[in-house]
Amino acid sequence: MTYNDVTGRIFDIQRYSIHDGIGVRTIVFLKGCALRCRWCCNPESQEYEIQTMMVNGKPKVIGRDVTVKEVMDVIKRDMPYYGRSDGGLTLSGGESLLQPEFAAALLQAAKNIGINTAIESMGYAKFEVIDRILPWLDTYLMDIKHMNAAKHKEFTGKENTLMLENAKKIAESRMCELIIRVPVIPGFNDTQEEILEIASYADSLPGVSQIHLLPYHKYGEGKYEGLGRPYLMGNAPMLPEGSIEKWKEAVEKHTALSCQIGG
Amino acid sequence: MDTYYTEPIGKTERIPKLAADLFARMPEIEAARAELITESYRQTEGEPIVMRRAKAFAHILKNIPIIIRDGELIAGSTTIAPRGCQTYPEFSYEWLEAEFDTVEHRAADPFYISEDTKKRLKAANGYWKGKTTSELASAYMAPETHRAMAHNFFTPGNYFYNGVGHITVQYDKVLRIGFAGIRAEAEKELASCLFGDEDYARKSRFLEAVILSCDAVIGYARRYAALAKEMAQKESNDRRKSELLTISENCSKVPEHGAEGFWEACQSFWFVQQLLQLESSGHSISPGRFDQYMYPYYEKDLNSGKLTREAAQELIDCIWVKLNDLNKCRDEVSAEGFAGYSLFQNLIVGGQTVEGKDATNDLSFMCITASKHVFLPQPSLSIRVWNRSPQALLLHAADLTRTGIGLPAYYNDEVIIPALINRGLSLEDARDYNIIGCVEPQKSGKTEGWHDAAFFNMCRPLEMVFSNGYDNGEIASIQTGDVESFQTFEEFYDAYKKQMNYNISLLVNADNAIDVAHATLCPLPFESCMADDCMKRGKSLQEGGAVYNFTGPQGFGIANVADSLYTVKKLVYEEKKVSIGELKKALEMNFGQGFDAITARDIALRVARQLEAEGKTATADIIAMTVHNVLTMELPAQEKARYEQIRDLIDELPKFGNDIDEVDALARDAAYTYTKPLETFRNPRGGIFQAGLYPVSANVPLGAQTGATPDGRLAHTPVADGVSPSSGKDTNGPTAACNSVARLDHGIASNGTLFNMKMHPTAMAGEKGLESFVALVRGYFDQKGMHMQFNVVDRQTLLDAQKHPEKYSGLVVRVAGYSALFTTLSKSLQDDIIRRTEQAVNR
Repeated sequence: MTYNDVTGRIFDIQRYSIHDGIGVRTIVFLKGCALRCRWCCNPESQEYEIQTMMVNGKPKVIGRDVTVKEVMDVIKRDMPYYGRSDGGLTLSGGESLLQPEFAAALLQAAKNIGINTAIESMGYAKFEVIDRILPWLDTYLMDIKHMNAAKHKEFTGKENTLMLENAKKIAESRMCELIIRVPVIPGFNDTQEEILEIASYADSLPGVSQIHLLPYHKYGEGKYEGLGRPYLMGNAPMLPEGSIEKWKEAVEKHTALSCQIGG
Repeated sequence: MDTYYTEPIGKTERIPKLAADLFARMPEIEAARAELITESYRQTEGEPIVMRRAKAFAHILKNIPIIIRDGELIAGSTTIAPRGCQTYPEFSYEWLEAEFDTVEHRAADPFYISEDTKKRLKAANGYWKGKTTSELASAYMAPETHRAMAHNFFTPGNYFYNGVGHITVQYDKVLRIGFAGIRAEAEKELASCLFGDEDYARKSRFLEAVILSCDAVIGYARRYAALAKEMAQKESNDRRKSELLTISENCSKVPEHGAEGFWEACQSFWFVQQLLQLESSGHSISPGRFDQYMYPYYEKDLNSGKLTREAAQELIDCIWVKLNDLNKCRDEVSAEGFAGYSLFQNLIVGGQTVEGKDATNDLSFMCITASKHVFLPQPSLSIRVWNRSPQALLLHAADLTRTGIGLPAYYNDEVIIPALINRGLSLEDARDYNIIGCVEPQKSGKTEGWHDAAFFNMCRPLEMVFSNGYDNGEIASIQTGDVESFQTFEEFYDAYKKQMNYNISLLVNADNAIDVAHATLCPLPFESCMADDCMKRGKSLQEGGAVYNFTGPQGFGIANVADSLYTVKKLVYEEKKVSIGELKKALEMNFGQGFDAITARDIALRVARQLEAEGKTATADIIAMTVHNVLTMELPAQEKARYEQIRDLIDELPKFGNDIDEVDALARDAAYTYTKPLETFRNPRGGIFQAGLYPVSANVPLGAQTGATPDGRLAHTPVADGVSPSSGKDTNGPTAACNSVARLDHGIASNGTLFNMKMHPTAMAGEKGLESFVALVRGYFDQKGMHMQFNVVDRQTLLDAQKHPEKYSGLVVRVAGYSALFTTLSKSLQDDIIRRTEQAVNR
């Protein structure tokens, strides 16, 4: 069996994505997540099981099992655009690391055809798992949502200890570019203090020079309804106008990081 | 090493004011030209036609009222009213008289016309009965051709009713030696004619006509010189006074002589651009490679310190405004097909030099900046892209694209140059191509391309396969057999090819008839003196004087035909889920979705015809009842459900535009059913036919003449535009759509292909958005796509603009091969633009 035959479970492939890595990218969304973030905009990504979600009044099956080769057949279709923009493949989720063999095989397959690779992940796995994908990875887009373990657990279902350790190990490995991303969520981490705390940690990691602040949005709300689940963020206010720009300034003032709003 | 200047240059206060003055009121029709040409023609009866044309041109230029508008730096206006238009009765006039009372209120491109103008036009038009090109062309056409046109297989309306236009002349030559120089060439050629030469009669008269035309233009410029001087004397503002004096000096020097400075070059360019359109009623008179031929004058003035970049930018901006001052009134049907008052003056930047080096210079950037400053639909700005185009130029262009103006259109040198070489151009000429009108490539100053010769609706022959040549009860095409007798997809497809071949031959018949009519009645000596090899051959462009001659009619509806053929192949012959008879019935019944007013009208006409044939009268009551019955007809529930089920089955099939190899391969082959037969035909000027695949905006009105199609499209709704996927059918994002469209053979469609893509503004936000956009264009071009253009506007904005046109008078959208003000388009075309897939970036 070669890496081409490895199978995994995905719920979407999105072409011409201009976020989540450099250039024009194809994002493969792997199904299944370890966390249950209240603000999650892709709730259909959380369960590993194949589900049915109502979309525009029609039931839609979410999730399918595919081989690496099948996914690569789609990815290869946009080679001309990667070539003109240094773009490539981004793995997203869910948490891709929950399907370690599949994630590694996909990244390896992509690297072998010479395209850029990125993963969007919070690093929730044993480091041995991460260590396996690093040889095939150009950019690790790592979520750090909060520095306080208790608060992290309250809002996401898991503590942050493992993820913070992994961030450090990834940075120290110097195997790939590491970019830290912070989803800025009202009522969770929307103070300058909390954001600066994350930024300082990111700044302390060797080789990390960039941080992204991802402002909270409600685009996922309809999906909760489609899954028959309550939307716990329903009453959350939107971030006040200008606040994110203010925090970006603060990050750039207090750390050596360059800070970008959005992916 | 790149040596061009890429920094942004600001705009002066003059520019928005000039633009606002131009658009202050509805454009108006004027009568001066029609009266003057008629006066002249009355005096020249019996003379050689080319001399009559030249004398009429001279008479018009000597007497037509002239004006220099407030604040203008470049003089030369065809009408006193801003954005007004003259009329051209020598080509056709009856439609205008028929529309005298409606032209002001019609949906597409209304024009004001005063009672006095109507009276004057009517008096002049009386002379032209039986003398127009359209009447002669009509007389030359075969009866079968008339029948095919009546049944809407194609429409050659453009050149049937109007002048040809569609040319780029030798602007560079006029800038260099002026009309005095061209006149001298004509005199020299004339002196070499021997009385005994077999072509003496025609050639000597043609050259005399050229000399007369050159003198006429020189005289016209002098009128402006005198007017500017007179205005300067009365002017109290010192700055304006000095501007007027410079205008006066410019007009007394150019275009008679070669230009020295940049301002003179701009003025000289303008007279050529304006007067080409006053000589004939052609549109798509395209400035072409403005950044190339203007550059020497810019560079010289800049280096000598005579000109600043800011001043040069202002002059370019002024020309951009002036290009919107020219206008043309078309008949109501054509106005729908070319909606947006567009004259399609295509101006292109970038690309390669004749030696194959990158041609980018300062002016390439400044032309793009000018469109940003002026923010009006004209010129139709284009950019040539090749493998070594500088990224900076493409990013500058992308930055204009994302304003939503629909400019520039992007063209691929890597496809167009070989496509032109395949049509017989030399390598140097092919590298020097520019774009005419919407998307048509030609080598300037050497080509009579007849680029917009007709629209051919590829869906209509498909309908004929199902009806065995009948249309609304009448025989309308050849008979290819009962569709229900076809046992295989190949038999069905063969019948389609036969229907195509037959109707293509009639299209050729129509175009060639019109071609002969133009050569006979409307040779254009002024236009012809700026194209090789007219003077040496002693022939106008219309008579075959050009080095390269083509006729380029456009096919459209590829996506519908491809998806339809795929439906028939899959559902009927492979999966056998629907019989061909059932499909035929479902199409006739519009998939059970009811009938519209167009079907009701057709059926009522059919009833009336039948009654007449039986010697009975079709009373108003019978007609009203028929219409009522058709409109309210209810199918039995079971039958209706089956048709709807069939449409659902069709809906589930893969469609062109989603990067699916099997469907895309069929689309490529379907396009060949038009492009390949066409290139076997020749035109009367000694050239060949070459296909284009683009619809301007005719996919909407011509869609209204097309019944339901097997791709699930309902009767009388728009067909797909250009080579783009059907509206709303491309659901895999922009790269998938690009990959599908790139699988067509663009190289054979050497008269141009048109790929319309609508981008949501978020898809182009930030530096990243621009870079990704450029990668999208380059990635499409790497796969041998030919052309791309973009509407960058969100759906909400367009819907709101429909509701509150007053708030969006400046909203420019990309229609087809050009941009237009959204609020000036008809409701149905607006709807079509809104429907075109919005390629948003998710998340």
